[in-house]
Amino acid sequence: MMEITEGSHAIAEAVRLCRPQVISAYPITPQTHIVEALADFVANCQLDAEYITVENELSALSACIGASAAGSRTYSATTSQGLALMFEVCFNAAGMRLPIIMSIANRALGAPLSIWNDQQDSISLRDSGWLQFYAEDNQEATDLHLLAYKVAEDHSIQLPAFVCFDGFILSHTYEPVDMLTQEDVDKYLPKFSPYERLDAADPISFGMYATPEYYPEFRYEMDQAQKRAKDVIAKAGKEFGAMFGRDYSALIEGYRLEDADTAIVAMGSICGTIKDAIDEMRVEGKKVGLLKIRVFRPFPSEEIAKMLSHVKRVAVLDKNISLGAKGATALEVRDALYGSTIPVKGYVLGLGGRDVRKKDIKEIVALSEKGQGDIFYGLRKELI
Amino acid sequence: MTEKTCDLFDCGHRACGGCGAALVARLVTKAAGKDSIFVSSTGCMEVFSTPYPETAWKVPWIHSLFENAAAVASGVEASLKKQGRKEKVVIMAGDGATFDIGMICISGAFERGHDFTYICYDNEAYMNTGIQRSGATPYDASTTTSPAGKCSFGNKRQKKDMPAILAAHGAPYVATTSIAYPADLLQKVEKAIATPGPSYVQVHAPCCTGWGFEGEQTIAIAKLAIETGLWVNYEMIDGKVTKVKKVVRKPVEEYLKTQKRFRHLFKPKRQDAEIAAIQAIADKNAEKFGIDIKLPPKKE
Amino acid sequence: MALAVGCRARPGKARDNKTGSWRVFKPVFDHEKCSKCGMCSTLCPEGCIHEDAEGFFDPDYTYCKGCGICAVECPKEAIAMKQEEK
Repeated sequence: MMEITEGSHAIAEAVRLCRPQVISAYPITPQTHIVEALADFVANCQLDAEYITVENELSALSACIGASAAGSRTYSATTSQGLALMFEVCFNAAGMRLPIIMSIANRALGAPLSIWNDQQDSISLRDSGWLQFYAEDNQEATDLHLLAYKVAEDHSIQLPAFVCFDGFILSHTYEPVDMLTQEDVDKYLPKFSPYERLDAADPISFGMYATPEYYPEFRYEMDQAQKRAKDVIAKAGKEFGAMFGRDYSALIEGYRLEDADTAIVAMGSICGTIKDAIDEMRVEGKKVGLLKIRVFRPFPSEEIAKMLSHVKRVAVLDKNISLGAKGATALEVRDALYGSTIPVKGYVLGLGGRDVRKKDIKEIVALSEKGQGDIFYGLRKELI
Repeated sequence: MTEKTCDLFDCGHRACGGCGAALVARLVTKAAGKDSIFVSSTGCMEVFSTPYPETAWKVPWIHSLFENAAAVASGVEASLKKQGRKEKVVIMAGDGATFDIGMICISGAFERGHDFTYICYDNEAYMNTGIQRSGATPYDASTTTSPAGKCSFGNKRQKKDMPAILAAHGAPYVATTSIAYPADLLQKVEKAIATPGPSYVQVHAPCCTGWGFEGEQTIAIAKLAIETGLWVNYEMIDGKVTKVKKVVRKPVEEYLKTQKRFRHLFKPKRQDAEIAAIQAIADKNAEKFGIDIKLPPKKE
Repeated sequence: MALAVGCRARPGKARDNKTGSWRVFKPVFDHEKCSKCGMCSTLCPEGCIHEDAEGFFDPDYTYCKGCGICAVECPKEAIAMKQEEK
């Protein structure tokens, strides 16, 4: 049913419909509306879950680890400073192969302190083993939570997942969203069936330590699970499409890319702005297209190389920067195109919530046509 | 106390010979029984009991990180509650994980009042990483980060009063015990487990490797700690001290001279002022808890 | 043997580690002196002292590390530590 709703509320409702048994989260701007909405659901008997009001983020994810290992579907949400605080717990959760789902309302990392959007937080955990989904709009932000649970809980995967959506830009804006019913979701997402659990009837030791004799193979197995996730996402995404009319089987999506000379590569809400800019540039006769990345981990290297094989140039937008090097997406796209002669340039923009407008996209395309890139785009020259 | 014959902590673990913590693991699993789920912090006990693929635990067990056992246990407890399951949640953490790095998680978990039992095996330093000082290290004990030397007598602070801190959080049952008196340990752990809400039991577990004594003396030294008043066995029900083990007190020197970590108080020169300061700590404990058995006056 | 997902294990394999090889001294139990109090079994950090059919106690030398706690704590001094001939 179509509803005009705030992104946070749509996400909270999607999570409610997934029937998590244990919710454990610490409030942090701009995720607060989600955790508040969930608390409200529990208080009004609309969600039968244990809601743990933890005292900090590392406890939030730690409690999810305990609950998931004990056999419950779990949920948490955070961003920026909170995600950074649970850094070691993220690696731990992935290594313990627990299918925890965590919403990330992407926000810049301090210092300097910032509450506004960029993607540095989740990007900085790309090594952790968590699957990473990025939403373009509130519909995707909502749907991707269901997809994430289904994929993470698959016994061939058993990895936790971030569902990322730009803080404030998506979390706090009202958009039309097609909300599913409980009946719909129960059909798509069955009851959680853990591969193994803490159980007195069949005692298992979880989280043992591994000597050099064993450690590398454990890490290899996790990498293999990430790679397998591509097919599991395709299958689960296709099933979603068959049931609800929105197909999520592809890890990447092209927009007017088939005949493009210039390809823009981006993730998240910026894709909406880019699509509008592309439509305007097309009217002016410029053949520009967008490659939207919806799944960042596992990184769809081969798929990207294939989709970009015909273009003349690639402009990769990053709302993150590996200080001293480059934006993460630019580096990984360049790696995907290794061996090809197609020039790939990166543009770091939108950091700390600096607005990105259609004219910025057009300017970047112009820079790309001139072969200029690998820059911080849109700096205020008078400040530096 | 019920009859418990099966051993839920297996042979073949890699603890040092004479390890106090290993005995704590055996006794606590015995008290908890098989319908329990154990949550361990990183530390000696976790390391000597679970090198993949060898595990000594015959109960369900989970280890996550150094500081978060209380938070992980909160999640386990919430999950069991939602599933309507009856297993008891027991946390096993050393003094490092409890007094120091785990403070945030423990404070939060106790404040929320989860139904679990937190057992701290207190060997008075970060033993697993090589004997560094913790908030539980006693005054003047030499550790690698509070070493005795030409201008130091060792650890400058007294033990942090964790039982009082957790009683202040509203823990309905708090107790201290020791491997010196296994029947007392079993009884207190059973009581802690049976008490709804968050219980805390701090178990004195002397460490032969870290304190510097022969492994065969572990129990004897644990007894001396109590007999000198440097460790007090007591219970707190809803924040009030109810039961205290009374002793005919021995001078602290008898305890200190058995361990290399206090050797600097006697060699190369006897440090009377320091020994007196430690005696004062014991005397203060004695007065606070009323541990002295009043002997009848000697007849002339 | 393939790895267990998530670095987990079911009980049993600890027994593959025969810690009896650590010993320098070996406890020898004298049943003549033994009062069957069971303190040795209670206090053994390995849990390798077991009661026999008659109620006496004996160590499992496969796992006994020779720490000597049983010998020190036995109220009847029924246990003696002897240097082991290897």
